[in-house]
Amino acid sequence: MKTLYIEDLEKIRKSAQAALLLREQSASETSEQSCGLACGTSHLQLLCCGGTGCKASNSHKIVENLQKAIEENDIADKVDVVTTGCFGFCEKGPIVKVIPDNTFYTQVTPDDAEEIVKSHIIGGKRVERLLYTDPKTEKHVSDSKHMDFYRKQMRIALRNCGTIDPENIEEYIARDGYMALANALTKQTPEEVIDIIKKAGLRGRGGAGFPTGMKWGFARTYQAEKKYVVCNADEGDPGAFMDRSIMEGDPHSVVEAMMICGYCIGSNNGLIYIRAEYPLAVHRLRVAIKQARELGLLGRNIFGTDFSFDIEIRYGAGAFVCGEETALIHSMEGKRGEPTLKPPFPAESGYMGYPTNVNNVETLANVPIILTKGADWFSSIGTEKSKGTKVFALAGKINNVGLIEVPMGTTLREIIYEIGGGVKGGKKFKAVQTGGPSGGLLTEKHLDTPIDYESLTAAGSMMGSGGMIVMDEDDCMVSVAKFYLEFTCEESCGKCTPCRIGNKRLLEILTRITEGEGTMEDLEMLKTLGETIKDTALCGLGQTSPNPVLSSLNNFYDEYVEHVKKHICRAGQCKALLTYTISPDKCKGCGACKKNCPADAIMGDVRKPHVINPYKCIRCGMCKSRCKFDAIQVY
Amino acid sequence: MAKEIKLACNVIEQVEAICDKHGNQPGELINILHEAQSLHGYLPVEMQRVIANKLGIPAQKVYGVVTFYSFFTMTPKGKHPISVCLGTACYVRGSERLLDEIKRVLNIEVGETTPDGKFSLDCLRCVGACGLAPVVMIGEKVYGRLQISEVRKILDEVSAND
Repeated sequence: MKTLYIEDLEKIRKSAQAALLLREQSASETSEQSCGLACGTSHLQLLCCGGTGCKASNSHKIVENLQKAIEENDIADKVDVVTTGCFGFCEKGPIVKVIPDNTFYTQVTPDDAEEIVKSHIIGGKRVERLLYTDPKTEKHVSDSKHMDFYRKQMRIALRNCGTIDPENIEEYIARDGYMALANALTKQTPEEVIDIIKKAGLRGRGGAGFPTGMKWGFARTYQAEKKYVVCNADEGDPGAFMDRSIMEGDPHSVVEAMMICGYCIGSNNGLIYIRAEYPLAVHRLRVAIKQARELGLLGRNIFGTDFSFDIEIRYGAGAFVCGEETALIHSMEGKRGEPTLKPPFPAESGYMGYPTNVNNVETLANVPIILTKGADWFSSIGTEKSKGTKVFALAGKINNVGLIEVPMGTTLREIIYEIGGGVKGGKKFKAVQTGGPSGGLLTEKHLDTPIDYESLTAAGSMMGSGGMIVMDEDDCMVSVAKFYLEFTCEESCGKCTPCRIGNKRLLEILTRITEGEGTMEDLEMLKTLGETIKDTALCGLGQTSPNPVLSSLNNFYDEYVEHVKKHICRAGQCKALLTYTISPDKCKGCGACKKNCPADAIMGDVRKPHVINPYKCIRCGMCKSRCKFDAIQVY
Repeated sequence: MAKEIKLACNVIEQVEAICDKHGNQPGELINILHEAQSLHGYLPVEMQRVIANKLGIPAQKVYGVVTFYSFFTMTPKGKHPISVCLGTACYVRGSERLLDEIKRVLNIEVGETTPDGKFSLDCLRCVGACGLAPVVMIGEKVYGRLQISEVRKILDEVSAND
């Protein structure tokens, strides 16, 4: 295999830079004027999101149709169509961006492709109906820089997502890709690199927040004939998609960071442990590894040094506990993913008994840019103890669902009301869950807490991997706690008793309460049992599993008491406690409820009050959501 | 419990070939199971015995791994496998109610297949299309922002297109 030298890398960077410069410039400048071939623009680029979310809305068809329209109009030499990673604004996806005027088209369908090409690309006239409408001013906004969703964001780990073609290594190199590696290998000692990471203050983004530089330092001290660098891409938090989006949108940053880590700890072997449920991320990583091998970036004697490195992919098979590093290592060895006690830490004895360093995807994605821009730059962002940014998957009852990245220290209020655009449908904010099944519920009073590892833990939740689910007045906190417990019970590996049996008992008590059969003693029991599980479970999964229950008890005790004493679920979620009726005074007999009832439980003649047959009613709430006259009562 | 189904000779051969490809290494068990499942659709006990024999490990080890991971299944899927997303984002936007409705319409529970073999029902945790919540997948197709009142119509359509 050929050797790639630093000069060769520089050459590739220069040759690929032009296309990328255009994208970078149009992102930094503000151009109100739209461009088009008719207005004298010589070259245009169309960036189309190719992440899983947008693909689910047929974004690959949009790309096909764009290309078809471009060919039909014979302008293929003047326009490029690029499939990129996630832009982050999933609520408005699929997204198509036009360079150089930075027009940001939202909710594009394959049928819109022709109009975009004819009107905008050729004619220079924006397709107004596809532009984002600012909910406050109700005006069209063409440039993403002027959207509240993007204004407070700072993209470091996501720096290349939505900018480069993830399946083209040259575009990554054009953005200074593999330069950090080249410099480290040829100009820095492993100790120097570890020092930079330590000084930068980078902490593990998988949840616990352990300092990355220190972790690397430990792994370096153990001597063995083989060592392993493992990338933990087993993103198991339901409703979180940060790591997946990074792997889909910028796989090379993960590959480069693993190599840098290998150089630092003295390892030649990289393993990526990824969920088999992420086919697109797997594909992009495979392509990235293949391209890096072909260029001579992965393999023997990298950049002419005596450092060699290669990466293999290992598949997970759907087990949340495998996010825990000892469980992950067992799973890679082909066994059941059960955790073991630490010490020994993986740094001493990990995969196949060799020293192993495990880092999460987002942590790794931060590494190359820290080396490029320096420790001081990174540590100037964020709070005293939490440096840099954090990526969150913002979802639930929020107007702008999407993938966001904000500096540590940003408040929940800024995230929910500015970036997220507030609660959906003008409903009242009730709680936000961070940290997934291991985290807790934060309420109104926590909204002004600056987000960092310590403050979230102090507030009874945790940073976690970055899931952030917003809930409104229609969400029942007892049901939410039950939902998370169902997940934990399903995912408990069964090895230790507190987690296997304790969580099951918690779930039974919660089920009793949601069915109106709980007692006040049950509430006490939830608390004592929850705390016992936290203190005694073997691994991170068990030790954090009661958090949703304990934090909801803490913050929403009244709601629990209502369920127990009055048999009321004020959010209208606990089916066993609900009866649906139609108020004859309000019902106009429009038939909307009857038409939409999936159980045929509503009877009545047109323009006469309808009635619900309680024996047929499945309490799905469809009628209530369809009634325009507020005639459906739930009690 | 699923009925014991005798494996065809060629399936056994193919599974053995997969084991050989991975050097019959017990450490490769999960990769082998992934390939075997994508070949056959599910992992019946008989197939697990074949794999155990090839790798020289007890069949209970294979069974232990198959039942540990939610991605592996021991029952054949329907022609149109339905997956309801129960990620938190979909949950708070009503996916549990969608699941109840699908169960009611098809008269099956999670993990079961309809008697005619057309539909099987499963849950999964996050498709990754949280912007479209609640999400249901039928085969490869993603149905976003699905309403309870649309469930029957969509299932009828899928069924009619056979």
